[in-house]
Amino acid sequence: MSSVREEGKDTIIFVTKEDHETPSSAELVEEDPNDPYEERGLILPSGEINWNCPCLGGMASGPCGTEFKDAFSCFHYSKEEVKGSDCLEQFRAMQECLQHYPELYPQEDDASSSQTLQDSASAEPSGSNSTPVSEQDHDSTLPSTQS
Amino acid sequence: MLKCRTVWKKLAPLARASSTVCRQNVRRAGLNNGRIPTSVPTAHMSSGPAGGGGDNLKYALLVGLAGIGGLTYAIITVKGDQKRYEKRIAEIESRPSKATTDVQPKAPAVEASEPEEAVPEPEPEAAPSPEEPSPPAEVAAPGADVEAVAHDAEVAASSQTTEPPPADEPLVEASTEEAAASPAAVPVIEEADEPVVESPVEAAAPAAALVVEDEPSPPSEPPPAELSEQEPAPTAVEESAILTEPAAAAAGPPAAEPPEPQPEVVAESAADSTPASAKVPSHAPYLLIGGGTASFAAARSIRARDPGATVLIVTDEPDLPYMRPPLSKELWFSDDPSVTETLRFKQWNGKERSIYFQPPSFYVKPEEFDSAENGGVAVLTSKKVVHMDVRGNKVKLDDNTEISYDKCLIATGGIPRNLQVVERAGEEVMKRTTLFRKIEDFKSLEKVSRNINSITIIGGGFLGSELACALGRRSTESGLEVIQMFPEKGNMGKVLPEYLSNWTTEKVKREGVKVISEALVKSVKYKDDKLEIHLKDGRLVKTDHIVAAVGLEPNVDLAKSAGLEVDSDFGGYRVNAELQARSNIWVAGDAACFYDIRLGRRRVEHHDHAVVSGRLAGENMTGASKPYWHQSMFWSDLGPDVGYEAIGIVDSSLPTVGVFAKATAKDTPKAATEKSGTGIRSESETEDTATSAVASATPAPAVEHKDDYGKGVIFYVRDKVVVGIILWNVFNRMPIARKIIKDGEEHADLNEVAKLFNIHED
Repeated sequence: MSSVREEGKDTIIFVTKEDHETPSSAELVEEDPNDPYEERGLILPSGEINWNCPCLGGMASGPCGTEFKDAFSCFHYSKEEVKGSDCLEQFRAMQECLQHYPELYPQEDDASSSQTLQDSASAEPSGSNSTPVSEQDHDSTLPSTQS
Repeated sequence: MLKCRTVWKKLAPLARASSTVCRQNVRRAGLNNGRIPTSVPTAHMSSGPAGGGGDNLKYALLVGLAGIGGLTYAIITVKGDQKRYEKRIAEIESRPSKATTDVQPKAPAVEASEPEEAVPEPEPEAAPSPEEPSPPAEVAAPGADVEAVAHDAEVAASSQTTEPPPADEPLVEASTEEAAASPAAVPVIEEADEPVVESPVEAAAPAAALVVEDEPSPPSEPPPAELSEQEPAPTAVEESAILTEPAAAAAGPPAAEPPEPQPEVVAESAADSTPASAKVPSHAPYLLIGGGTASFAAARSIRARDPGATVLIVTDEPDLPYMRPPLSKELWFSDDPSVTETLRFKQWNGKERSIYFQPPSFYVKPEEFDSAENGGVAVLTSKKVVHMDVRGNKVKLDDNTEISYDKCLIATGGIPRNLQVVERAGEEVMKRTTLFRKIEDFKSLEKVSRNINSITIIGGGFLGSELACALGRRSTESGLEVIQMFPEKGNMGKVLPEYLSNWTTEKVKREGVKVISEALVKSVKYKDDKLEIHLKDGRLVKTDHIVAAVGLEPNVDLAKSAGLEVDSDFGGYRVNAELQARSNIWVAGDAACFYDIRLGRRRVEHHDHAVVSGRLAGENMTGASKPYWHQSMFWSDLGPDVGYEAIGIVDSSLPTVGVFAKATAKDTPKAATEKSGTGIRSESETEDTATSAVASATPAPAVEHKDDYGKGVIFYVRDKVVVGIILWNVFNRMPIARKIIKDGEEHADLNEVAKLFNIHED
């Protein structure tokens, strides 16, 4: 059982696992998916890419930012069956730019940057389906207490 | 294109309507008078050919006179300028010329902001009359010239630059502004200290002479210059346009000889002026004062939102932007003996990174600032901004160069406070005292700590406790005595409730630190090659070196010159909920006292807040108008076994409710960072879902800690609402905590709220 102790103005409660097994009765305010103030994930409610997403790291703001944005935008809006197959030129240009800055964009292997984009691409669908709590996009280790 | 169509669609019916109305009027008139339409005067269109003969004459006369007037004016101006140019050349030739640095260049990219800033006061008056603020700017060395500058504007106008000026008009009007400036500027130039670039100046001058539309008398007082300025401005913006355009188009203006050589001169001087390395750009669309975390976050945000933006960071440190937390934590745990040079730290999971946010190749060099094709971030190191002119939208550096801006961020952070008793104690004591904040402080302390026997840290807050633990760890190897003293009862006494503060103090002691609590320093003396710290209760502590970690004084040096408000309760610049101080000025980071919509006015000195506020300021500088809403968090580690993350107002004077469970070995900071793959715990939440996975740590076998407060959640309550939460050895739950604070609800039973955190689970 949980024990409660008061020390002046501070309350201390010890709980066992069983104590916390029953679902919480605390009520959380419902999220507004269109809250303009909220920090957004990778994809904004309007469907556009949030270039300011911390998940992109410095990709959109660095020296190859323009190339990256072009390539990724093209991919994002691509309607081809193999998504992004019509964007090879942009990706090639981006790859070329990345090679100019090996210090910034270390190329562990040739597939690394395309891998990055594939992962962000897969992050996309999850991003667009995400619950209004935007952090859920980013934190894959978050227990699903909020769905 | 589409816009045009829609506009046309809207206007067309109107046009048709008005024409039918006209026709109807005519017919009606005809009907009323019972006459045939022919005798009714045809509907006049205002822009049609003039009807009456008399009107025609008057009109022609007016135009003619105006034309002649303009022509005469132009000729006089040009002649006058030629005279001035000649005079200038003579003067220049008499001076020794330095061939090396070129002040030129950035003409193309620099928009309407070149006018020499001779005298600040008259300028603003000249400025409003034309257009949007073309902040007058002084190029690098004061000697760099109006002419050069005017020339630049010229070249800009003529050569279809890479970065098109906002509109051709402002550029043109800026040149008229420069014109006003130049007469006043001439005497200033005379006084210039550095006769930097002579050769391009000479080349520039001829072109300039022609562009400049001016009073013939060089040292004319600014007022008359303005009068002349005001005159042309309202009447004939076109006239100035006419003047500069032909110049630009290289078609001789309606004057005499001088204009003709001009086109060639322009071409010539354009060629001459290429090299350019005024190391300091004269104008920055986005100017960030301060080169710390907030500034870097803002730069990133601006670059993400405004494609091709050029951002200039000015910092008085010699280093590129870096993150501070490792300076008091990870860097001390490094096994690498060259860590003070490399400044790389190994995160718990083995991944190494530098404390610098980005390597030097990320940034654009200041010399190339204006010509960077896709924009970029440039950092000016070792330069301090000493004066800020808000009306003129420019700042002055400590070497007297001026930089004008469109949007400015002040992210000057702060300087560590010192104890008065130490300051009064004399030089020997001061020499042996470290105020810890920057890379150089880390380097010097690291070195010192290797060579002494005893070190004392005064201060029991985050920095003091972290440093004490870090040094305490070293003490096991080196035999260094580490003492920590503070006036509170326990470590983090102002943050943690008393029971937890006491528990933490025990932990710190176990890290090898001698903790002296409830210690008020009375005086410090230097005696027999030792520092003697006398406490108010009579205790005496002898040590070799002192580290003062007693708080941060926010840097508000620019408040006076900029006329910005300083907060008397929290210190720092007072800004609104959108971090704005004035129209084009934002403040972020440690120096910002801002209004938090949920929690009220506050000032926060944590890393994540710097990132969040910097990012927000960057968004608002690019037009977002968002208030401070995403609550920042902070974290602290006290050795590898105790760590916590916190959010909101965490003040030990508030009533608290703590809900605890027993901790296993999985619940340590080490495990947390291993899972998330980052060393900076605020990043574990937000970064890197874009890249592939995360080191999976094999959890150590569960070990029961005997401590009472192994892991749990502590709520800080104000007026029945939770305003702060500490996650004690419970990680990756920050989003839930953030949500609870955001809701701002009154919860009857906080144990129920604690259930949301699943503290028993991993």
